[in-house]
Amino acid sequence: MSQDNNTNTTKTTGHVWDNDLQELDNPLPRWWIWGFYITFLFTIVYWLFYPAWPIGNNYTKGVPGLNSITYTATQPNGEQVEKTTHWNMRSKFMVEMNELQEAQKKWFDKVAAMPFEDVQKDAELMQFVNSVGKTMFTDNCAPCHQQGAQGKIGFSPNLADDHWQYGGTYQNIEETIVAGRNGYMPPFKEVLQDEQITQLANYVLEMSGEPHDAEASKAGAALFRSETAACFYCHGENAQGKIQMGSANLTDKIWLWADIPGSKTDAAKLAEVKRVITGGLNRGVMPAWSGRLSPAQIKLLTVYVHDSLGGGK
Amino acid sequence: MPQTGAAKPSSLLHKQIPIVTRSVKGKFRNFKTAVMVVAYSIYFLLPWMPWQRNSAADQAVMFDLESRRFFIFDLIVYPQDIFWLAMLLFIAAALLFFTTGLIGRAWCGYFCFQTLWSDLFILIERMIQGERPARLRLMKQPLGAEKILKIGGSHALMILVSLWTAITFAAYFSYAPDFVIALFTGHAVEAAYITVGVLTLTTYFAAGVIREHVCTLACPYARFQGVMYEADTLAVSYDSKRGEGLKGRTLPIIGLKTRDERQEKGHGDCIDCGFCVQVCPTGIDIRDGLQYQCISCGLCIDACNNIMDSVGYPRGLIRYDSEKNLSSDQPKPARLEWKRVKVIGYATALLIAAGILLYNIGTRNDTDVSVQQVRQPLFIMLSDGSYRNRYQVHIVNKTELDARYHLSVRGIPASSLDLGSLKEVRVRAGKSLIMNAKVDLERTIAQQTEKFEFVVTSSNPDTAPVVVPANFNSQR
Repeated sequence: MSQDNNTNTTKTTGHVWDNDLQELDNPLPRWWIWGFYITFLFTIVYWLFYPAWPIGNNYTKGVPGLNSITYTATQPNGEQVEKTTHWNMRSKFMVEMNELQEAQKKWFDKVAAMPFEDVQKDAELMQFVNSVGKTMFTDNCAPCHQQGAQGKIGFSPNLADDHWQYGGTYQNIEETIVAGRNGYMPPFKEVLQDEQITQLANYVLEMSGEPHDAEASKAGAALFRSETAACFYCHGENAQGKIQMGSANLTDKIWLWADIPGSKTDAAKLAEVKRVITGGLNRGVMPAWSGRLSPAQIKLLTVYVHDSLGGGK
Repeated sequence: MPQTGAAKPSSLLHKQIPIVTRSVKGKFRNFKTAVMVVAYSIYFLLPWMPWQRNSAADQAVMFDLESRRFFIFDLIVYPQDIFWLAMLLFIAAALLFFTTGLIGRAWCGYFCFQTLWSDLFILIERMIQGERPARLRLMKQPLGAEKILKIGGSHALMILVSLWTAITFAAYFSYAPDFVIALFTGHAVEAAYITVGVLTLTTYFAAGVIREHVCTLACPYARFQGVMYEADTLAVSYDSKRGEGLKGRTLPIIGLKTRDERQEKGHGDCIDCGFCVQVCPTGIDIRDGLQYQCISCGLCIDACNNIMDSVGYPRGLIRYDSEKNLSSDQPKPARLEWKRVKVIGYATALLIAAGILLYNIGTRNDTDVSVQQVRQPLFIMLSDGSYRNRYQVHIVNKTELDARYHLSVRGIPASSLDLGSLKEVRVRAGKSLIMNAKVDLERTIAQQTEKFEFVVTSSNPDTAPVVVPANFNSQR
């Protein structure tokens, strides 16, 4: 057994293990102790201002009057209600949102008071449209139209290009946002023979400058304008579509329902167009936004789609 | 052998003996005073200096966070110039390394704000409480009217100086006359009160309460200075060979008064008067050699020289000298040894960095343009088969006057640029603007075009057009 020849004066707790293992009893640093006591004081101050002690299903809410916070909330029915409560993160967030709305109001008012055409001429105002419009678009439109409004073939149109089924003027776009759209094309599988559908599909491909069978296309052109298929009723004599109905322009290079850009072979392209003619469409539905966005918001969003996305006419 | 842990607790746990310094006269004291006068004149008066401006308040130096511009006389610094700050920090670091390698901690001793404010607060203590012996007496006195008045008074004055220091700092960030009035009438912004409050407390606490502990415990520079020192570096040093002799320092008692008597009996020139310790603001004994607590202020040199003069010994027992020279058999007069790799290297880095910074400031264009391509989607096919790319053009007007900017393209047909009905944009002085630009190219041209350039021309004839490269994407 080694002899304990410890000569220093460090205090120990008196506990000894294995004869020589001791527990030192050094004092805590003074700054640490004081910091510890200060946290006690902090908690008391905290109870005065914030929700703290749980009591059953309830909790202490701090001293009323010392920590009250007032904000304006919009009820689901659109009614504005002023609420006063104790400090909490949600109410503080609401106050900030109120301040933000107040700060944005003058810009919204400015847009609302201007004719559509003049907004784009005001470069400083357009910066506001760009940033607020982007947020509104992302929150409301991007789930279908995708980020950057690039659309998705077979699902939603690209809003950045210059093709507009329902018209690309400010008024058209505003109307689309306010009332929504309901695109429809009947299926032709009961009406036409498979060969006739092939002929029509070839004609549609020809009009867009895609590879096609010239003979079948010629027959398709006749069929297009015949009473049998009656395509021209909706798509028009020149196949350029009708804005009133939202029927597609079949002569341009832009595809919404038939995935031509994604089809590698000529056969695949033909099959895509045939699929659309055969089955028709009932998915061209856009909901109305008039109940969800205010008229000022819709106007700003219209300018954003027309000018910031850049496809407007 | 049993292991019982630390032999002694850290000295942090024990009460420190307060340092009460003695005042001293001499050339280093004069230099320190001169630095303090110049530095304080600049710091406290600069926010009040008027300067003619078109687009902001008439203040010569103002760091205007609200408009995101720093006004430094005729130079206006924009957030885009953040690179300058990096260069400035690099220059400051290189300058610090350069001077430390050459003459030790000159920054600490003469220029550091901790030193300046500590020095001022020590001066306040001396003015109110008296010289060192009087202050030591006052500290030992029981609590009474005199003690409360003198110690309380000097701390009150320190807090006032701290307050004005803090207000001056905050005044650099807004128009000073308006700011000070708003501050005292309760109309300043919350951030101003927080800044002034925090700075008042930290200034008072650092320079008035913990003082030298900032240098010895908190400041990292004291700890890494060692790697910058070399054997040739000039540092405040005690010539121990001369001071100690063979038998060590001793008081000038009878029989040991003259140098000859002392040398005969083997004693050095140090008469152990302790003045070098009493004047030291960090409370160290320089005779123990170079130590990390020494801030190189030179006050011990002044103190020792005065004593040497009064006893008629030659000056320079404590002096600026290098370790190499002091340890040599025949010490030569101290000399600045600059022909060293480290010193020349730091000087070169310093010159290069300063050159880059000055060149960059001198050649900055008053129009700053950056072009960001809209990447969602990267390109758009239009109904006639042509391709559209969209860009956001960010124009910053760095002049003092409003200007109009005209955007055009180079390398592709001029007609392919579509800005809607916008012909040119007006950007207000010191402001920036982001505009949308569309570029439409026909399929064949689009597939051959990978790059083109935007050209931004200002209506201000003094400003050169800015050319910014851009990419064009299409399905290839």
